Amino acid sequence: MSDSRIVTVVDAKNKTFLFNFKELIRYKDLFYYMVLRDVTVMYKQTVLGFLWAILNPFFQVVVFSVVFGTIAGIKTGIDGLPYPVFSCLAIIPWNYFSSTFSASSNSLVNTAGVFTKVYFPRLIIPMVPIFSKLVDFFISLIILVLVMGYYQYTPGSNWYLFLLPLLIIILSSAGLGIWLSSLVLQYRDFRFAVNFLLPLLLYAAPVAFPALKVKEKLGNTVYELYALYPMVGGIEGFRSSFVQNADFPWTLVLISGASALFIFISGAFYFKKMEKHFADVA
Amino acid sequence: MLHNDNNIAVKVTDLGKAYRIGVVEEKEKNLSTAILKAILSPVKNFRKIKSLKNVSSEATGKDVFWANRNISFEVKKGEVLGIIGKNGAGKSTLLKMLSRITEPTEGRIELVGRVASLLEVGTGFNPELTGRENIFLNGTILGLTKKEIEERYESIVEFSGIEKFIETPVKRYSSGMKVRLAFAVAAHLDPEILIIDEVLAVGDAEFQKKCLGKMQDVAGKEGRTVLFVSHDMAAVKNLCTRAILLQHGSIVFEGSANDVVNYYLQNAASIASQNNKDFSQAKGNKNFVVTDIEMLDENNNNIQIAESGRDFQLKISYEAKEVAINPVVIIHIKNNLEQILFTCLSRNSYQGIMQLKNTGNITCVIPKLPLLSGLYSIDIALKYDQELTFYLENIFSFEVETGDFFNTGKINSDMMNGMIIYHKWKVN
Repeated sequence: MSDSRIVTVVDAKNKTFLFNFKELIRYKDLFYYMVLRDVTVMYKQTVLGFLWAILNPFFQVVVFSVVFGTIAGIKTGIDGLPYPVFSCLAIIPWNYFSSTFSASSNSLVNTAGVFTKVYFPRLIIPMVPIFSKLVDFFISLIILVLVMGYYQYTPGSNWYLFLLPLLIIILSSAGLGIWLSSLVLQYRDFRFAVNFLLPLLLYAAPVAFPALKVKEKLGNTVYELYALYPMVGGIEGFRSSFVQNADFPWTLVLISGASALFIFISGAFYFKKMEKHFADVA
Repeated sequence: MLHNDNNIAVKVTDLGKAYRIGVVEEKEKNLSTAILKAILSPVKNFRKIKSLKNVSSEATGKDVFWANRNISFEVKKGEVLGIIGKNGAGKSTLLKMLSRITEPTEGRIELVGRVASLLEVGTGFNPELTGRENIFLNGTILGLTKKEIEERYESIVEFSGIEKFIETPVKRYSSGMKVRLAFAVAAHLDPEILIIDEVLAVGDAEFQKKCLGKMQDVAGKEGRTVLFVSHDMAAVKNLCTRAILLQHGSIVFEGSANDVVNYYLQNAASIASQNNKDFSQAKGNKNFVVTDIEMLDENNNNIQIAESGRDFQLKISYEAKEVAINPVVIIHIKNNLEQILFTCLSRNSYQGIMQLKNTGNITCVIPKLPLLSGLYSIDIALKYDQELTFYLENIFSFEVETGDFFNTGKINSDMMNGMIIYHKWKVN
């Protein structure tokens, strides 16, 4: 506390492109309270509260099962895997991705009133939804248990592998969120872009259909390129880890993982580069 | 180098900040060029937004505005530095750079010790959260750790005086309660360097008093350094050991708080210096006219801005066609709503019989100027032999800055309206 050896230097000539990790660690409590705020505030003054985290994916699973499973007749591609279980295993990680991505993208614009009045590492702001939305994600796993229970579906023995694709999903939503948050702050066009991009990204991801369909219809090269979209490896990997008799799609997961890592790191560098202008353009 | 000098808390070297400002756009003359322009506008908008960020220290041109330039100063540990200047002089930009909210375009800042900056209280308050939750959120935003807040929690709650409502969502608070809670957090930051904007003291009078009182506490503590931006001359003189005066983004004067305040009052480009000294519009027979008006302080120095509570002199130079005996000088002092606050009438207040030569000056001395900070104007009328010889409304405008009217050393909390009337209290 009374350590007067803390020296802060601001120099216009200093063009550092690295984050001040020491400083980030000093502000870990702020990060904690911002996550806590998001979680506490999310369902304040609602009647159903956290039930929304279950109801929301439940209705999505119903609609997907009717539209894609029954009407369009999309096959899950795996013997004994009912379509509702198949879609539920994709909708839950997708919801995490899409809510994180959109909250993170708008986070800087929405908190302009704070970071133009007081200094703290701004990187905290777009990182907060990545953690606060995890609460919803874990609650919504209840619906997965219910759907599986209803169809008396036992998950495969390698289910713990889901942590790896989950990490890819977290990393990619963080990376895209960091990229978009600084872009939205500077060019508000991106705010509209996010809104219009999210449904497109949903159709592009293997949520309603298995990723193997892509390989089947368009060949292996396209299939591997397809995995550059990190949600491909994320969702397909997540789903496969819970499914019996399914090979874990290592190729997709590795390609998507590398791609997510690239998005995250490049996003962080871009953020750092632009951070000094935030208060001036906000 | 700073690290070797144990006595320096803040060192600013050649600091500058440039902004790009919008330049008036050309209007299109016909429809086709207007349509073409609309189609090309994304390109233009992109360039415009991009250019906002790329202001380098070499930037020139009419759309580049230097909010601060060539600012260098040092603040020793334990010093309280006042930063004064008129609106637009660059005080806020300097404060924002010192608080690290915005980065300088050129130059360097070094701060030794824990810094807290208060440009606003209650930053990041969430209406849905309870008072307790907001104490932790706001406290961490201001740079405290969870542990530090826990240590101070009892004291914060007590200081705020809203123990009963601490578990109630802040949206149910009155605005006064919100400010009290926010200030309670701010008052417990206990930094080594405090950067504080007077602007935050605007509004709630009680809060303003508390805020400045707390600042006095902080400033009084051993080794606490305070940078304080203010319009309040009395606050600067009472709280600050040293001051700098900003004008057009640069430091124009630096020294003891008293010297800087005096320099500011004497030299600031103000409304007073923009007064039109052409009095030909005046009514009356012009046998006896005003030729110039000046403001002086108690030491007969010319001033551009008056300070509340200090002796004030209005020096009126005149020319008369003949030697005048017992003329009448009437001065109305009006506030910015054109309401006459009081009148100085020589017929009543001049002792003896006023005798004027052909040319000279009459000085109206108002001891302890009883005006609050703000803009004022005066009307002057001259009469001689029952006839109006000169009358001009709004002949002169001037500004008054807040001062220590009652010589109590306390900060004027602006609870008053109209004028300040000297008064005392008796307590039994």
